Amino acid sequence: MDDAQTPARLTRVTKRYGAITALDGIDVALRPGETLALLGPNGAGKTTAIRTLLGIIKPDDGTATLFGRDPRVAKNRARVGAMLQVSGVPATLTVAEHVRLFSSYYPHPLPLEETLAIAGLRGLAKRLYGELSGGQKQRVAFALAICGDPDALVLDEPTSALDVESRHALWTQIRRYVARGRSVLLTTHDLAEADALADRIAVLFGGRVIAEGTAAQIKERAGGATVRCTSGLDDERLRAVRGVDSVVRANGIIRIATRVPDAVVRALYVNDPTFTLLDVAQTPLEEAFLVLTRTTASEEVPA
Amino acid sequence: MIARITFAETRAELTKLARLPAYVIPTLAFPLAFYAFFGLAMGGSRGIAGTTVATYMLATYGAFGVVGCALFGFGVSVAVERGQGWLLVKRASPMPPAAYVIAKMLSAMTFAAAVVVLLCALGAALGGVRLEPLTWIQLFVALVLGAIPFCALGLAIGSLAGPNSAPALVNLVYLPMSFASGLWIPIEGLPSAVAHVAPFLPTYHLGQLALGTLGGAHGSPATHIAVLALWALAGAAAAAYGLRRDEGRTYG
Repeated sequence: MDDAQTPARLTRVTKRYGAITALDGIDVALRPGETLALLGPNGAGKTTAIRTLLGIIKPDDGTATLFGRDPRVAKNRARVGAMLQVSGVPATLTVAEHVRLFSSYYPHPLPLEETLAIAGLRGLAKRLYGELSGGQKQRVAFALAICGDPDALVLDEPTSALDVESRHALWTQIRRYVARGRSVLLTTHDLAEADALADRIAVLFGGRVIAEGTAAQIKERAGGATVRCTSGLDDERLRAVRGVDSVVRANGIIRIATRVPDAVVRALYVNDPTFTLLDVAQTPLEEAFLVLTRTTASEEVPA
Repeated sequence: MIARITFAETRAELTKLARLPAYVIPTLAFPLAFYAFFGLAMGGSRGIAGTTVATYMLATYGAFGVVGCALFGFGVSVAVERGQGWLLVKRASPMPPAAYVIAKMLSAMTFAAAVVVLLCALGAALGGVRLEPLTWIQLFVALVLGAIPFCALGLAIGSLAGPNSAPALVNLVYLPMSFASGLWIPIEGLPSAVAHVAPFLPTYHLGQLALGTLGGAHGSPATHIAVLALWALAGAAAAAYGLRRDEGRTYG
């Protein structure tokens, strides 16, 4: 793809802090119109990746581009809005004053009213930032990211400090922006969030992308589903069924781990007249994620 | 584009500072109160260096006020915005970095101009200070432009100090330096050991530059300007070092 069309791209980027390698030759690209989540535990390199993309950090090796341009040059950031993890925003300016100031940085900003409406800040325009609640403050940070009507949004852990209600409200606002055909890159260590918002997930660990795909693909790669059932077959016969990874029996209930639950259930119905299906549960993304990061220390998970 | 952004940035910076008692009170009220007390109440009509105490101290407290606006406006605000990550948000935006610095400088100079005007009004109204129109203008210009090197020094403190230590550090630099430079008490009245240190301090040179417009200074204006320029360069270099050092810090 023409790089000028790619909202954000890191190409073989390495960044070291002394003995720590924060980014280890990472390759990742945000495609036009998609929502990509960089998912990983603390220290995986998510924030360094974001800050490198935004030109705040200069990589030791490799290149970062925004729409094919160097993000270290201020005007090359004009098509991108950013939301960072920040503890202090000047308290003595009003919401409207903050938004107006950031709007002035962009060539074609949204009208103030529209920014406030998208960010859910209607009626708070004249409130001083210092008087806002935590959720409202995060919405101001979001408003500052979108006020320039950017083609791409970069959000670093946008909801990490929020309660459930504010979090879902911010998800709604992010989706509202995506619906305008814009691209979004967000980082999160919260798997539910990646699952809820992203078209594609890149799992970051040790400064590299160790797995990439849709939430379903990542779950499948990490272990798929658990089939709970009762059956007349013994463990050995069960393990012989194609697609069964493991079998655990407890209190007469059998738990079968598989990446292909449909095929396993079909085979068991055919081979075992006493088979009774209790339920099939997708491995929660949380668990999938743990499996992925645990296996990486020794082996590569194919991307 | 850059001019427009700088204008918006300056307006926001001024609004922000004007609503911050921690900035407004030390920068405006202290110089006015000190001048009213030492320059006017304690015998302002006495003669000193060919003029009255009220006139002489208008120049030195003017310098004191201007230096405060610059050191607090930069030192504390940059340290806080840096320490809390606000500077990162600015750096991630398309705002040209120069707009940030110029806006803070113009804001500090606006407050500096306000302090000088208020001091002059106070001196003229209550201290019987009478100057030629041109002299008023020269004094005003020398003081307000004199804020620039202190903006650079403030930026250096703001770029090196943490958000919590910056206010203390600014006071630690500002108050003893002002005293030792003869901005509170005329240099002639200071112990000779202190008077010997004074020429090494930037505040001394701003004080003398301001006094020079009234005809009562030591040394030539060119020397004072040159020394202030050197301090400004040193401040800018230290600030550049501090900001570059930040970039090398470990982030999650």
